[in-house]
Amino acid sequence: MERPLLDIIGLKTWFDTDEGVVRAVDGVSLSINRGETLAVVGESGSGKTVTARSILKLIDTPPGRYAAGQILWQGRDLVPLGPRDIDRVRAREIGMVFQEPMTSLNPVYTVGAQITEALRAHESLSRKAANDAAIEMLRLVQIPTPERRVNDYPHQFSGGMRQRVMIAMALVCKPKLLIADEPTTALDVTIQAQILELLADMKDRFGMAIMLITHAMGVVAENAQRVAVMYAGVVVEEADVDELFANPRHPYTQGLIRSIPRVDTKAIGRTRLEQIPGSVPNLLELPPGCRFSNRCRMATADCHASEPALRLVAPDHKAACIYA
Amino acid sequence: MAGSTPASRSAEMPAAVIAERALVRHPPASPLGEAWRRFRKHRLAVVSLMILLAMVLVIAVGPFVWRVPIDEIDFSAQLSPPSFTHPFGTDDLGQDLLARMIYGGRISLAVGIAAMMVAVIMGILVGAVSGIAGRRLDAGLMWMTDMFLSLPQLPLLLLVLYLFRNALAKALGLEAGLFVLIVLIIGGLRWMPVARLVRAQFLSLREKEFVEAARALGASRIRLVVRHILPNAMGPVIVAGTVEVATAIIAESTLSFLGLGFPPDIPTWGRILFSAKDQLDSAPHWALFPGAAIFLTVLSINFIGDGLRDALDARRVG
Repeated sequence: MERPLLDIIGLKTWFDTDEGVVRAVDGVSLSINRGETLAVVGESGSGKTVTARSILKLIDTPPGRYAAGQILWQGRDLVPLGPRDIDRVRAREIGMVFQEPMTSLNPVYTVGAQITEALRAHESLSRKAANDAAIEMLRLVQIPTPERRVNDYPHQFSGGMRQRVMIAMALVCKPKLLIADEPTTALDVTIQAQILELLADMKDRFGMAIMLITHAMGVVAENAQRVAVMYAGVVVEEADVDELFANPRHPYTQGLIRSIPRVDTKAIGRTRLEQIPGSVPNLLELPPGCRFSNRCRMATADCHASEPALRLVAPDHKAACIYA
Repeated sequence: MAGSTPASRSAEMPAAVIAERALVRHPPASPLGEAWRRFRKHRLAVVSLMILLAMVLVIAVGPFVWRVPIDEIDFSAQLSPPSFTHPFGTDDLGQDLLARMIYGGRISLAVGIAAMMVAVIMGILVGAVSGIAGRRLDAGLMWMTDMFLSLPQLPLLLLVLYLFRNALAKALGLEAGLFVLIVLIIGGLRWMPVARLVRAQFLSLREKEFVEAARALGASRIRLVVRHILPNAMGPVIVAGTVEVATAIIAESTLSFLGLGFPPDIPTWGRILFSAKDQLDSAPHWALFPGAAIFLTVLSINFIGDGLRDALDARRVG
């Protein structure tokens, strides 16, 4: 089998706080193949954003630290890299799009200047060439009249347009992997669909892989090939998208899928959406054994005995539950 | 055609041209253009800016128009009140006050601007390092800032002046040496507020998402600070720097008034005031003109600072 583009092995990103060590990411293993979209889903505080930021080493150390694990980018471990080397990986090999398009652009520069920032940071580029590159990128992310918009400032753009600019910024160096950290959460539904469509379009055009971080199962179903479900700092289930929705094996995944509103026949007769009781536990006070045991309907004494490992439960389908 | 009035000409203008004009009047403004638009709404600031520019103009071209030497002693015209030959009157040696004030204005304003530059550059350096560095360096630098703030400034000024005055005067010549010394002293004791301001700005800006985004796009630490954080922190610094010019002019006047600044043959505004203080009842004009010049300059600069504060208010950007 071909070597995966990105292979995260047993990553632990911990934060030293006054109250104790917060194990935000506690042994995550994920891999992304060339040209594939991997969705990482989970509630707020499940560690998905920390995982994403760990890849580009955007975690401030201290208070954070890489306690264990490897992040193999095309076979090369990113964890021990120094600032200068990681700068070279950022943007050129792995691009990133953030959640908040309203505040992710620098208010004092034109969007054109910001799009070509990554290019100009590493190589000298004539003003004309930079301007042309910026216009080309704006056209690619389907901003109308890019020749005029290139010299506009961020406050002259709407939220959806700004997210398009952010995508243009991340893609200007043609990275092989794009990490999109909840790229549509701050946008309204119609704009969400447009942005996701744009991402899919860009993915096909550049043949890049996407790591799509989201908490919306609907977004996952429509955009990903493979899904990893995260809970309290670990991956609890990982499978092909169709397999995951058809046969969810982990009780947490089952709960997530049941809590999606449906319009098809299965929903008839049900009056109330199901929910998972409780909320994500404080990472300083995890229950013993399985992290989900205190909210799980199926939990037994065995669940508290030891933490279940992620294991193969079907071909190409992994889950971390002793009953899966 | 020749007889048509401007009003009728605009009536003949095609609608498209009028629409275009309307667009030109409100172009999609850059941050600077936007700031200038807001600044113009501040009437006092605009008037102050004009007054200050007029004074700068007088100081700059004055010596070429008013060709009376500043050190021409004329005992027949001692302490004469303003007249046509001496519009601002004369001092106790019969020297022309207008010529002396034009000359002194150059030094006073130059000291003000140079001291402001020293204070702002030092403040930005200390504040930026403090705001971006880790806890320990930050704590150390802020401790140093607090220490400088708690130093009794006037005795320190006197001490430094006595210690280095002659050495610098010997090295650079009397006038240049004193200028450098006074600028360094005034600026070197005024950088603390700027440093605190810059640090506070950096602490909030470095958590902003666009800084994170720039980092994710491979910007190095230096590039982050210089290109992404600093330009966003400059608004309050410019306002503080403006007021700093006024403070420095006052400080130089104070030093000169105490007889510690420039020697009598270099007539800065403060120095003229110092010489005039013994003759207040017999020759009030002698003190009045330099006093008014200092007052007007400082007031104008402070109003301009007010206008800039409104124009560059960070809350209205972005």
